[in-house]
Amino acid sequence: MNETVFSIVFYVLAAITVVAAAAVVWVRNIFHAALFLVLTFVGVAALYITLNADFLAAVQVLIYAGAVAVLLIFAIMLTQNARMGNRSNNQRGPAILISVLVLIAVGWTVWNTVWPAAGEEPTVPTTAPIAQLLFNQYVLPFEVASVLLLVAMIGAIILARED
Amino acid sequence: MTITVNHYLVLSAILFSIGLYGVLSKRNAIAILMCVELMLNAVNVAMVAFSRYVVPTILTGQIFALFIMTVAAAEAAVGLAIIISIYRNRETVNVDEFDLMKW
Repeated sequence: MNETVFSIVFYVLAAITVVAAAAVVWVRNIFHAALFLVLTFVGVAALYITLNADFLAAVQVLIYAGAVAVLLIFAIMLTQNARMGNRSNNQRGPAILISVLVLIAVGWTVWNTVWPAAGEEPTVPTTAPIAQLLFNQYVLPFEVASVLLLVAMIGAIILARED
Repeated sequence: MTITVNHYLVLSAILFSIGLYGVLSKRNAIAILMCVELMLNAVNVAMVAFSRYVVPTILTGQIFALFIMTVAAAEAAVGLAIIISIYRNRETVNVDEFDLMKW
């Protein structure tokens, strides 16, 4: 892809993602905040495509923009009554100060570090190589992750059940 | 102006800071959980950027991002179940009013 086109695409996607993320903490209505969160997830999925991570982009759309978003909206529907908005507590000033300090520290550090860049072409498509890695080299973490999901599912059912 | 790994890392830092601000300043427990998801996504962007630019052929960062997504999904399910359970007992989801473990 042409360098200039790629830069424009990156900046547009980054702007959409950051604006949507800011809207999540800015808007008053928590339901609107959840919808902006879905927009952020889709923006991140598009950024994964610019990073040649096609499988992860699909997984991001399925898990975050699909499953987690539905779960959040269900929880909002089940727990909100009219007086509950998306308001801030009385720590707003310190919270702004801490997050700006973290942004300056981390941003300055990552921007001024010279990362080792391998000039090789990335592997595309990534689905088959990821499957090879998951079922050979990383098969133990894969199994542990499936046990974790099972435990989380049983735990969520037990916690949310009427008794 | 070519896009390097630094651009993606700065974007990741911005997303992480927005999520951190939300976690520290929100009153609604569901909003806090949403901001935690935002922070996890920021970390994933950094992981995939490293995977693309530093080790483009061995995909370690993408595997790591995949496991982070699994844990984030489990965390969202259990977290929301806890919030619903608390709402059933206390009729609120504001963290200011969850002082049942405060001495």
